[in-house]
Order: sequence, then C-alpha cells, then structure tokens
Amino acid sequence: MAGAWWRCPPAQPGTRVRQDGQLAVGLVQMDPALGDRARNLERHRQWVRQATETGVELLVFPELSLTGYFLKDLVAESAIPLDGAVMSELRALSKNLDVVLGGVIEDPDHRYFNASLYFSGGELVHVHRKVYLPTYGMFDEHRYFAAGDRFRSFKTGFGRAGMLVCEDIWHLSSAYVLSLEGVDMIICPSSSPGRGITTDERLGTAESYGLLCRTYAQFLTTFFLYCNRVGYEDGANFWGGSMVIGPNGDIIAQQKDADEALVLANLDLGDVRRERLANPLLRDERVELTINELRRVWHERTRKPY
Amino acid sequence: MSCAGSGMSVPASLTEPIFPPLRINPELVRGILVGFIRNEVRKVGFERVVLGLSGGVDSSLVATLATEALGADNVLALIMPYKTSDPKSRGDALQVVQQLGIHHLEIEISPQIDAYFARFPDADQKRRGNKMARERMSILYDQSWGWRALVIGTSNKTELLLGYGTIYGDMASAINPIGDLYKTQVWQLADAVGVPTSIVQKAPSADLWAGQSDETELGFQYRMIDQLLYYLVDRRYSVEELTRIGFDKTFIEDIVRRVRDNQYKRRLPVIAKLSSRTIDRDFRYPRDWGH
Repeated sequence: MAGAWWRCPPAQPGTRVRQDGQLAVGLVQMDPALGDRARNLERHRQWVRQATETGVELLVFPELSLTGYFLKDLVAESAIPLDGAVMSELRALSKNLDVVLGGVIEDPDHRYFNASLYFSGGELVHVHRKVYLPTYGMFDEHRYFAAGDRFRSFKTGFGRAGMLVCEDIWHLSSAYVLSLEGVDMIICPSSSPGRGITTDERLGTAESYGLLCRTYAQFLTTFFLYCNRVGYEDGANFWGGSMVIGPNGDIIAQQKDADEALVLANLDLGDVRRERLANPLLRDERVELTINELRRVWHERTRKPY
Repeated sequence: MSCAGSGMSVPASLTEPIFPPLRINPELVRGILVGFIRNEVRKVGFERVVLGLSGGVDSSLVATLATEALGADNVLALIMPYKTSDPKSRGDALQVVQQLGIHHLEIEISPQIDAYFARFPDADQKRRGNKMARERMSILYDQSWGWRALVIGTSNKTELLLGYGTIYGDMASAINPIGDLYKTQVWQLADAVGVPTSIVQKAPSADLWAGQSDETELGFQYRMIDQLLYYLVDRRYSVEELTRIGFDKTFIEDIVRRVRDNQYKRRLPVIAKLSSRTIDRDFRYPRDWGH
C-alpha cells in the first residue's frame, strides 16, 4: 500500500447482502460543529452506535459532516490526509455497517478537497472529490478547495453505487455519467443552505432539490439517497429535508423538518431490476450518439477563431 | 414635503394588497428565525438577549421571536425614551412587554443627551438623533454585560440597504434576525406572530423627534421602495430595465444613490493593507468558528 494512497481496496461483495434483497438505509440529518473535528467525530460514533442498534446497514452523513460547511480559512486546519491516524479512526466506524461521511482531505501534493468517503468492513472503499465547487452568491468554495476530476462508481455489498456531493447534482451530466456506469444507487451528501422565501410551504432551495432528486431517481431508474444537514452557520440555515427515493421516483422516506434526525428507509434492491424492465430507459440510451453529438458541439464551440 | 395626496398619512402595512414577490409564508420564516435566534445565541454560550424596544413594528417583532426562541425569562427589553419621544411609543412598548411577559427596564436618556448638547446648542436634529441612537446602543451593550446577554438587532433589510439608520447606533448588534426581511415582509410576519395590530398598522417612525415619519423623511412609501429594492437587489435589474417596467427615473436614481452612498455603514472599517494576511480580506474565518 505504500505510496498507493489513491488505490482503494475492493469492497467485499456479499458480506452484507441480506438474503431477502432488502437494505436498511439510515441518513444522519445532523448539525456539525463548525471547525471542531474532534467533537464531530465523537458525534459520528454516537450516530453509528444508534444506527447499528436500529439495524441500519448503510449509514450516510452529510457533506463535510466532520467539519461543518462555511470553513473559509479553517479548510487547511480541518483537513485529513488519506493515510493518517485520523483515517484509522474513520475506518473503525464501519466495522458493523457501511458508512458514508464527508470531510476535507489533503492530497500529498497539498491540495484540499471537499470529499465524500465510503467505508465498509473497516476499510476505505471509495473517495469522491467534489467536482463542481459553487463559487457564486453566498458560496466561495473554489477559493479554498481544489476540484475533483472524475465521476466513478464503485461496488458495494448492496450493488453498484456512485457518490455526488451537493452542487455536483446541479449538473445533469454528473448523474448521467454515473447512470451509464450502471449504478443501483446514487448517494448525495449535501450541505445546502436554505433561501428563497415565498408563500410556498418550503424554501425555494428545498423545492429545487426535491425536483432534482426525484428526476434523477425516476429517469435514471436508480435509488437516490439525499442526506442534507441542518443547523445554522453565520446566519445561514440548512434546511434538512433528507430523502430516500426509489427508482420509480417515489419518495420512500423524507424528513420534513430541519431538526436533527436519523432518517430510516428499507430498500427493496429488486426494485431497480423491476423498474428497468418496466421502463428500459437505460437499455435504450444512445451513448455513442450522445458522445458524437457532444464532440461535434465541442468542436464547433472551440474552433471559432475568437 | 407634504404627504397630502400621496397616501403617506395612512399607513398601508396590511390594508393594501402586498406586492406578490414579497409575500411570505410567515410560518416558514418564523420557524427559521426562531431557530436562528436559539442556535446563534446558545452555541456561543449565552441564554439571554437584550434589545431596545421602541414600540415600533421591527423591535416588537424581534421581541416576539426572541421570546418564542428563548423563553420570556431570557429576554430583556429596554425602553429608552427621550423627552420629545411620542408617549404613545412608550405605551406600545409596554403593551408588548406585558403581552410577552418579558423583563423590561425604562431608562430615560434625556439627562445625558441634554447635558452633552448643552455644550453644542447649535446641533441640528439629525446630529441629535444620531447621538440618541448611540446613547441607546451604549446602554444596550452595558446592560448586555450586566445581564450576560447578547444584543439582538432590529434593523430590517430596507433600512440596511437605504442606510436609514445610525452606524454604531441602532445598526449595532451581535445578531439580527430580521436583516433579510423588507419592511413589507416585516409587517406580514409581525401580524402573523401576534404583534398588536395597532403597532403593525401605525406609521413607521424612528421617533427621534416629534412627528417624525420614515416615509415622509425618505420621500417615498415603503411599499414602493421595497418593490424597487426587490427588483434592484434581489433580481439585479439594471436601471434601464427598471425604467422599462415603469419605475420613475428620479425614484430609481434616488434609491440607487442611497444604497451606494451608505455601503460603508454595512462594512467593517476599511483597514489599510500591509501584511500578507489582513483581517477580513485574506484572514477569513467564520463568526461561528468552533461552534
């Protein structure tokens, strides 16, 4: 393993698949303390204990669950290297159940990434470095973070999964790429601050995310796990609303409020196969046509002399 | 300027239809703001807040939200009239205190204001008004120390954008729950959370001198200002676009100028940059650092 920090050990397929093809999922809609990694790690341990007792097999924490979101200059001091001592503490969280959590990782070349990490059986299985770093309006991520450069799925004991962090899902291509990899589920940890006050029941942001997540689930025929945080940072409120959506677009579970909660859902993993039989969108997807058209568009966009 | 015919003498807070984009779901906003107060006060180690209660709609609303967030026992309202303040304001403030069951203190500021201006008898109304606002701020921060409380602010978005407030006076606070609500939205929320209708309906006034009216002083009605600010600030319409949708050119120019000229009030003092990490420019930490 020396030096091979980017290479993750393979998942151990089958270790956690229940014979009945069910999967108990938990989303931790939590309120991390800003820039206090030790306190947040302890809280992760508590949630893991609680989820384990409840029988959860896959537990998802929000974006930057180890650090909080509006870190600004705290990014560097909140970071962890993938081969450091903190990582062994994180790996230990996944002894009894699979865990997705969010933190700042520092690569050996000292670039800092907003990343989601998937742990299983005491090992790190996959890392997704957030690709789309919002740097507009109230957001300033590109000032502090380096951007990830890939969307890759990975095998879990419950099928193929892909992770996208928050703003990643505002770009349709990211979920599309994962879908072509044949994922059974997309996991989206998020730290979405609420804004947009109208007469509607919910904030404008909540409406947008609801629309996005349901669209991906239904039209990419995949489970969609959206875990958003709650709490306040410097006046910004995080609206929660974590949800689990089935491959037909139905909401299986959703936390309506912005309180801390463990959102539970039982997934029937066979739903993906059944939905793709009824609605063979993935089978009929014209990938090569899309690639050719994208290449043409790109060519036309870039050949202009000025 | 005269109010006759402009409708300014009749406050239109709830009597006229609200501009649709500025209509709010008060329950949703109330939940967010109550959570905000609870969270931002408690996580920095406090349980209590202190605020200046004028008897106007803004401070009455904040007192109501703070009471819901922290409990009546953790809210201290300071009523700080000057001798020319409208006695009705004091009555309205006391009504809110009674309705909410919160602590209150009445501290008249006339002695210290008059003692100071005895040396500067030529000071104009605005200067005196600013001094009164800062005197109240000074008392609020003193009481916050004595009572181990945070000062909770009551400036709304309209005032903050127009700079219609006194820097280091009524604009000073530790946290402000209503700074992102226009006056039009403050009226809706205040009405929904049970601020007495007489307070919601009365003509807005800084009450710095007898008979003062915000809308007379600003020259425009809040409902019109808020519509313009919504397009200008929230929707980023250009002056040309604003003219095209029917706003008067003079009105636009006046408001745009006010927003620009008062930018300094919304910022920390400008620091001369010398080092490689200057506070707030490239030394950037969140206020909620470690919480």
